[in-house]
Amino acid sequence: MAQALIELLQTKFADAVQETHAMRGDETVVVDPTRWLEIARCLRDDDQAQMSVLVDLTAVDFPDRDPRFEVVAHFHSLGLGHRLRLKAKVGKPDGSGAQIASLTSLWASANWLERECYDMLGVQFSGHPDLRRILLYPEFEGHPLRKDYPAHRTQPLVPYREAENIEKLPPFGPDEGMPFGRRWRDWVPEEDDADELLGGSKGQH
Amino acid sequence: MEPLERTLDDIEAAEPQRETMLVNIGPSHPCTHGTVRIVVEIDGESIQRADVQVGFLHRGFEKMAERGTWAQVFPYVDRCNYVSPLLNNFGYALACEKLLGIQVPERCVYYRMVLSELARMVDHLTCTGAMVMELAAFTPFLWMMKGRDMVYDIFEEETGARVTHSFGRIGGVAKPPSRGFKENVAAVVVKLLEIVDEVKRLLYGTRVFLDRVENVGVMAAEDAISLGWTGPTLRACGVPYDVRRAHPYLAYDQVEFDVPVGQAGDCYDRFAVRLEEVIQSARIIEQCLERLPDEGPVCVDDPRVVLPPKDKVYTTIEATIQHFKLIMEGLKMPAGEVYSYTEAGNGELGFYIVSDGSGTPYRVRIRPPCFLITGGLEHLITGAMVPDIVPCFGSLNMIGGECDR
Amino acid sequence: MGKLKERFLPVIGQAEEEGVFTTRAEDLIAWGQKYSLFAYPFVTACCAMEYMSIASPRYDVARFGAEAPRFSPRQSDLIWIVGTVSQRQAPILKRIYTQIAEPKWVLSFGTCACSGGFYDNYATVPGIDKIIPVDIYIPGCPPRPEAICDGLLLLQDKIQTRDRTPGVVKPRLDPASNPKMGITRLPRGSKGA
Repeated sequence: MAQALIELLQTKFADAVQETHAMRGDETVVVDPTRWLEIARCLRDDDQAQMSVLVDLTAVDFPDRDPRFEVVAHFHSLGLGHRLRLKAKVGKPDGSGAQIASLTSLWASANWLERECYDMLGVQFSGHPDLRRILLYPEFEGHPLRKDYPAHRTQPLVPYREAENIEKLPPFGPDEGMPFGRRWRDWVPEEDDADELLGGSKGQH
Repeated sequence: MEPLERTLDDIEAAEPQRETMLVNIGPSHPCTHGTVRIVVEIDGESIQRADVQVGFLHRGFEKMAERGTWAQVFPYVDRCNYVSPLLNNFGYALACEKLLGIQVPERCVYYRMVLSELARMVDHLTCTGAMVMELAAFTPFLWMMKGRDMVYDIFEEETGARVTHSFGRIGGVAKPPSRGFKENVAAVVVKLLEIVDEVKRLLYGTRVFLDRVENVGVMAAEDAISLGWTGPTLRACGVPYDVRRAHPYLAYDQVEFDVPVGQAGDCYDRFAVRLEEVIQSARIIEQCLERLPDEGPVCVDDPRVVLPPKDKVYTTIEATIQHFKLIMEGLKMPAGEVYSYTEAGNGELGFYIVSDGSGTPYRVRIRPPCFLITGGLEHLITGAMVPDIVPCFGSLNMIGGECDR
Repeated sequence: MGKLKERFLPVIGQAEEEGVFTTRAEDLIAWGQKYSLFAYPFVTACCAMEYMSIASPRYDVARFGAEAPRFSPRQSDLIWIVGTVSQRQAPILKRIYTQIAEPKWVLSFGTCACSGGFYDNYATVPGIDKIIPVDIYIPGCPPRPEAICDGLLLLQDKIQTRDRTPGVVKPRLDPASNPKMGITRLPRGSKGA
């Protein structure tokens, strides 16, 4: 039933649709980001689509790709029962230039969802009435869910107190407990770290 | 005495200066369940504008999920909606199973359903209990906590922990039901229904309670749909959308239950819908207990997904390698993305997971129902009075862990 | 009148070293303080579930005198920090702590408040003792209500002896040293292979 949606979009916006797939039954359409608002409006208003709910709006960071971010929106129709995932690729490899139209004029749920996307990943939504950080504090610099923001970099608002017997940092490094095959972009072990980890004498136990 | 410069008539004729006042209902406040700041601009007692600020419990769940393996996400997911952690566990497990393309065995399906419905009952009891406690009805809160402790005893027996269980596994659950599970659950459900009945008899006839919740915080159905509300808050507005009915998962299409729907969309309806859902959950549990097989596997029989039994790990080499690869590298999920959704205590809990083919998640996104519900709080309280914030907020069931992740 | 150096004691103008009467008076005051703790529950996260359980009929905290939660720092003397404190919440915690009048005690409830828990990331304060001094640490994720009772009793002992060194609640019976748990012995042989 959502296959009909893909066909609808392909007929109406043939030049904007870049690719489609339906992995595990989730119909997905990747579109041109400049036509985002138009396509979303069609999905809401068209009789065959009737997408009454914007279920989720988020983005995924692919630092190896250009464009870097993939903005992902999930739609659901309460009347007809079908769902669709709409994606658009934005952003330059260094993280800037991630701009896309805001859907707040169509669904009220887009307000907070877009604020969160901006907060975590730095995607700018043009036309949003109040684009500011929602989960983090205004003094925070950077966008933590990007792959190049190290997870353990804190930006404390209250400086830690100077007192004895207080452990300032956990006794293990940031790589503790990590599985083998994982890709870790933001922490490269330096030579002295390996030295310390191996007991200080370059590998001799 | 010198004569006054202005006469009494002049003073009375002048318009009184009205200024609005900014009041911060701060993040550490009993009625905001700990972590929401509501900055209201009030004129007397009525609210002109409100700014709801969440994020005081942001713990970086999505970032932490990218640092471990697929199975290491379960403890984080538990602590999202911490009043009903099993619903989150099984929601995430279902998402991973959807991406893998596997189905769990029948015994696991019914076991998961019973535990989910127990968790849902706990969620609704806690929410309604906290809401009425903030309206000064302390006694029903204590009754509900008494009932909740009974359910926690069952959880402790089954999963080992009272609150944050980490019981779900990709491909099943951590261990099969213990002996006496069916009798224990049946006994507790009877007691919980008695408690719900007592609460209804106490509160539904009390003017003091009804005046504070009827016609307070009314939300129209179109606004609720546009705001992305789901779950009991949407059903209270009159929209009969329940994921268990509309898009059944596990075996919800084979059990009979009703979906309570409200009419006015006010705080009273949200409260009443939750209490009725407790009764419906009891019905589902009864049917599932009848169908739960007494023997059979609770995990899928796939060595790439499920840990082998411990005695084999210590004696055979294949099991050791399998265990090693699953723990150290994580189970390998096929590359791709999937969005899977279940009915949690607050509504449609969705998991959008992106995999790059390795044992580490590339992106785990939770679609939190109460984040969007709290987004509608501004709409509810603008124009209302300051004391109305208490029942409005309480009826929304904002859980900080899920809202801020 | 002179400045008030020490607490007002019924025996005024006596010798400066502690006499029997003064210690008894301090014991009496400490007895009063420990059995009437007005708690400020600074509740944030999942540990709130166990806080609700301990305030409930089954695991009753009223039997220790600490039942009354006071939601104003001016009216409380014990602050329970229940749950994770994020970096954004830290200034608020610090402000509330400074607003509580002396004498005050701090009870850190849950692993996230004691040490940050398993959220060692950009968003969480790794333990509230980085911000405020803590008297009792109750680890657990979340701690069982019995552990919370232990923590409260430990705090009451510390109040009675006027001991300000921090204390940690440990399990009553350490599982690793309990032979009945069978942890040190694995079942030999496989059952099915």
